[in-house]
Amino acid sequence: MAHDHHDHDHPHSLLPPEPALRVKALETVLTDRGLIDPAALDEIIDTYQNRIGPKNGAAVVARAWTDPAFRDRLLADATAVVADLGFFGRQGEHVVAVQNSPEVHNIVVCTLCSCYPWPLLGIPPAWYKSDAYRARAVREPRAVLADFGVSLPETTAVRVWDSTAEIRYLVIPMRPEGTEGMSVEQLAELVTRDSMVGTGLPKAPE
Amino acid sequence: MSRIHDMGGRFGDGPARPDPQGIPQLGDWQARALALTLAAGGLGQWNIDMSRRAREQLCPRDYMAFSYFEKWLAGLADLLVETGVLTRDDLRGGGDGAPHPLAGARLTAKAVPGVLARGGPADRPGGPAPRFAPGQRVRTRRPADNRLVAGGHTRLPAYAAGATGRILRHHGNHVLPDSNAHGLGEAPEPLYAVVFAAGELWAAPENPSDEVSLDLWQSYLEPA
Repeated sequence: MAHDHHDHDHPHSLLPPEPALRVKALETVLTDRGLIDPAALDEIIDTYQNRIGPKNGAAVVARAWTDPAFRDRLLADATAVVADLGFFGRQGEHVVAVQNSPEVHNIVVCTLCSCYPWPLLGIPPAWYKSDAYRARAVREPRAVLADFGVSLPETTAVRVWDSTAEIRYLVIPMRPEGTEGMSVEQLAELVTRDSMVGTGLPKAPE
Repeated sequence: MSRIHDMGGRFGDGPARPDPQGIPQLGDWQARALALTLAAGGLGQWNIDMSRRAREQLCPRDYMAFSYFEKWLAGLADLLVETGVLTRDDLRGGGDGAPHPLAGARLTAKAVPGVLARGGPADRPGGPAPRFAPGQRVRTRRPADNRLVAGGHTRLPAYAAGATGRILRHHGNHVLPDSNAHGLGEAPEPLYAVVFAAGELWAAPENPSDEVSLDLWQSYLEPA
């Protein structure tokens, strides 16, 4: 019953050790057997390097800042609300939005792997996938925030969301001071990727 | 009995290192590894829980030595052989290159947007009724082991085993990874966000008001 694989049993060790050669070897054999279309790989890469990114999440946050009815719907059922805006699919099948306030600051991590809301934020940055972030964010979130230059008052509680299932969390940061009268588009420019994971704060208006 | 991937709360890793905002730009082989993994997943021979299990089953030495997308590549190669899509000989470069019976399931460039847009929802209408309601106190099982397969995949991190928390919300019934990762069926059951005081999890919490919330399946929990 137990799985107790040994190093030498793992088929991956049959591929060349150098990563670029390893991916090339695997792509070649899969292509030769008709299992992979290299043009599909190009399409996937173009999607995640050029089209899907944190601008999507920023549009949601900026709208939540300016439209209380939208914000309430978002907090009640984010999956449906962001789907209406065209943000759905792989690694964003189930979305929950959590709102920062003077009382609570939210941070998202995946300690077991690297779960992340791809349709809203794109591919995760290296720090999100790093051992340091995965290991430390749950135990010492305030020290991790300090790594990102963020310091919270002791009166603000930190709530860390460990993404252990298929629910993906989007942090709605607090709207910066001095942004009254700004348009939704202008506000979206202030919303950084990290502020929607909870390791950063939105930019201040210029 | 944790595996190497279960690192929440571990000491000694050093600082997190922020990156520029915007879309992270991958190197050539990393982008290829990402796309290859997604496209091969489109053959429909395994599920996301099996993908995670494959990466976690890397021996600890490989897990720590491999970069992120090297883990993906290794997990992919292992899954291709485990599911019989490829042979060890294929990986050695010794296959015959003959057309594969699954070639008809190949993901085409045209189908990519639809496949990414569909994703793989994990909620299911069936399964048991919820035992717990928001506000109720629950305790997680301990040790944090898979109860169906010894040493198997589970999504209860070791740091949260045997801890008492409070149900925050019920997410509906979701596929149980402990079963699905081993080809034992989806076995959906109620999934909850459960919140724990930092002091329940850590000997020296940074602030007594801080909390950690995890998404946990009903079979991970008992009334407290």
